[in-house]
Amino acid sequence: MARTVTTQRKTINTIAAWSVGLLIFFPILWTILTSFKTEATAIADPPVFLFFDWTLENYAVVQERSDYMRFLWNSVIIAGGSTLLGILIAVPAAWSMAFVPSRRTKDILLWMLSTKMLPAVGVLYPIYLIFIELGLLDTRIGLTLVLMLINLPIIVWMLYTYFKEIPGEILEAARMDGATLKEEILYVLTPMAVPGIASTVLLNVILAWNEAFWTLNLTAAKAAPLTAFIASYSSPEGLFYAKLSAASTMAIAPILILGWFSQKQLVRGLTFGAVK
Amino acid sequence: MGQITLEKVTKSFGELEVIPPLDLNIEDGEFTVFVGPSGCGKSTLLRLISGLEDISSGTIRIDGQDATEIPPAKRGLAMVFQSYALYPHMSVRKNIAFPLRMAKMDKAEQERRIEQAAAALNLTDYLDRRPGQLSGGQRQRVAIGRAIVREPAAFLFDEPLSNLDAALRVGMRLEISELHERLKTTMIYVTHDQVEAMTMADKIVVLRAGHIEQVGSPLELYREPCNLFVAGFIGSPKMNFIEGEEAAKHSAHTIGIRPEHIEVAAEGGAWAGTVGVAEHLGSDTFFHIHKTGLAETMTVRAPGEVSFKHGDRITLNPRSDQILRFDEQGLRIA
Repeated sequence: MARTVTTQRKTINTIAAWSVGLLIFFPILWTILTSFKTEATAIADPPVFLFFDWTLENYAVVQERSDYMRFLWNSVIIAGGSTLLGILIAVPAAWSMAFVPSRRTKDILLWMLSTKMLPAVGVLYPIYLIFIELGLLDTRIGLTLVLMLINLPIIVWMLYTYFKEIPGEILEAARMDGATLKEEILYVLTPMAVPGIASTVLLNVILAWNEAFWTLNLTAAKAAPLTAFIASYSSPEGLFYAKLSAASTMAIAPILILGWFSQKQLVRGLTFGAVK
Repeated sequence: MGQITLEKVTKSFGELEVIPPLDLNIEDGEFTVFVGPSGCGKSTLLRLISGLEDISSGTIRIDGQDATEIPPAKRGLAMVFQSYALYPHMSVRKNIAFPLRMAKMDKAEQERRIEQAAAALNLTDYLDRRPGQLSGGQRQRVAIGRAIVREPAAFLFDEPLSNLDAALRVGMRLEISELHERLKTTMIYVTHDQVEAMTMADKIVVLRAGHIEQVGSPLELYREPCNLFVAGFIGSPKMNFIEGEEAAKHSAHTIGIRPEHIEVAAEGGAWAGTVGVAEHLGSDTFFHIHKTGLAETMTVRAPGEVSFKHGDRITLNPRSDQILRFDEQGLRIA
């Protein structure tokens, strides 16, 4: 028998859900609203919510003071590049772990994940020295490499989980049909794992985009992505809330839009295999 | 051509030897069935022949040529898997074309072969569908189509019908047998179902724990099983085994008599018992008989409708020329 839910109950649940949703979303909403205020209105007490003189002034100032497009471009290259590189390395790794596991495969997977438990600052010093030595400091290539390595365990884990869902017999059929290892991965495995690969890509673009520790510590000016762009507005000259908000809004907008359009894919990918 | 010879082939997984040294010859054009209980190594043996698993020692020859080191696709064998193993993201046409595409065959020839296979398997109307939109039987036919277009030296079937429902299974069984009649290509077929083995095979290989127990035509195995295992495995319902005094009368440790070789009568038979369960199929009646003093349960198959029911006291009359005798080791005494 289906559970019956009264209208009253439904209304309460709906209101509660919206309240929680709004509560979580509120800081972002407030940031976006503040970005359209003047500095004076931004710090007004009591705070004004919607009824103020909307202005685009902050955006103009931010764009004028620091070249937004340059930061954006760096973010795109670093996030996109590290994800792409990560996928190229992780697909064969996940393939071998999922389809030709050894006795140590589980241990290797756990060990890979355990590196994520290490505080990043613990390896900052050695990595910083290596970067100086190799001349990678404040370069896009350097940052792409570091972020790829940071996220690689997650990429391998996710792909491994998706690949595990693919029946080995299909790959064996491909082998019987004369596919080489490359063709087997290219024509059979990858197309079947597309939903999984897509959500892995999305999640990692988001993670790399938002990554602030390494991007702030290993860049100065040339390779600085949007995270550094936001940070530059919390300056020692004092806080300019409206401008900081404008910068933040500009920084999160691309990823917010990407997330919005891909949410279906993301959810599907993250719950892949849960229901047959 | 498709003659396959195994010479002293073994397979071990680590310490565990699943196939002890084994010799087997499969003639060109023969329909050979590997049959045995689950875990007997029949699927492993098939995978060794296919090349999907490497053998631990020994030699596999295909048409006289040493194929031991040849990769799966180059052995000229096509395999049909239990799960069909179709490529879910490709249309039926592309599934069937896949091996041809991998072989870089020219497009016109590919098309010709696909059309031909589709016509033979009644798939012409489904060529542009995805496997997900097909029924189990149709999927199985696509898997067979994908095997046929390669024009292989031999077909390998790994329990291809076990995912189908009973009615479909009988239909597909006939289709595969007809396919064999038409193509005359060597086929090796793995199943745990002795009915499939009996109905389809030219030659049955009965396996247990990686050992070949007996090789022979279906009727040879039925009439002259070499030991208790084969005698019990081939034939449905199972053969009745009797030990002790009754066996001693035939100077054997165990005697076996098939259910269809015992007659039931209200009185006058050599043995007596009580009907436990009577299964009326119309064409036949199966009786499970207790309290015979011979074995826990005796199974009897009577042709047509015989109206004994639960609790009836009846007598049994074995056809003495059909009694098989076995020694202490379970080997048949000729």
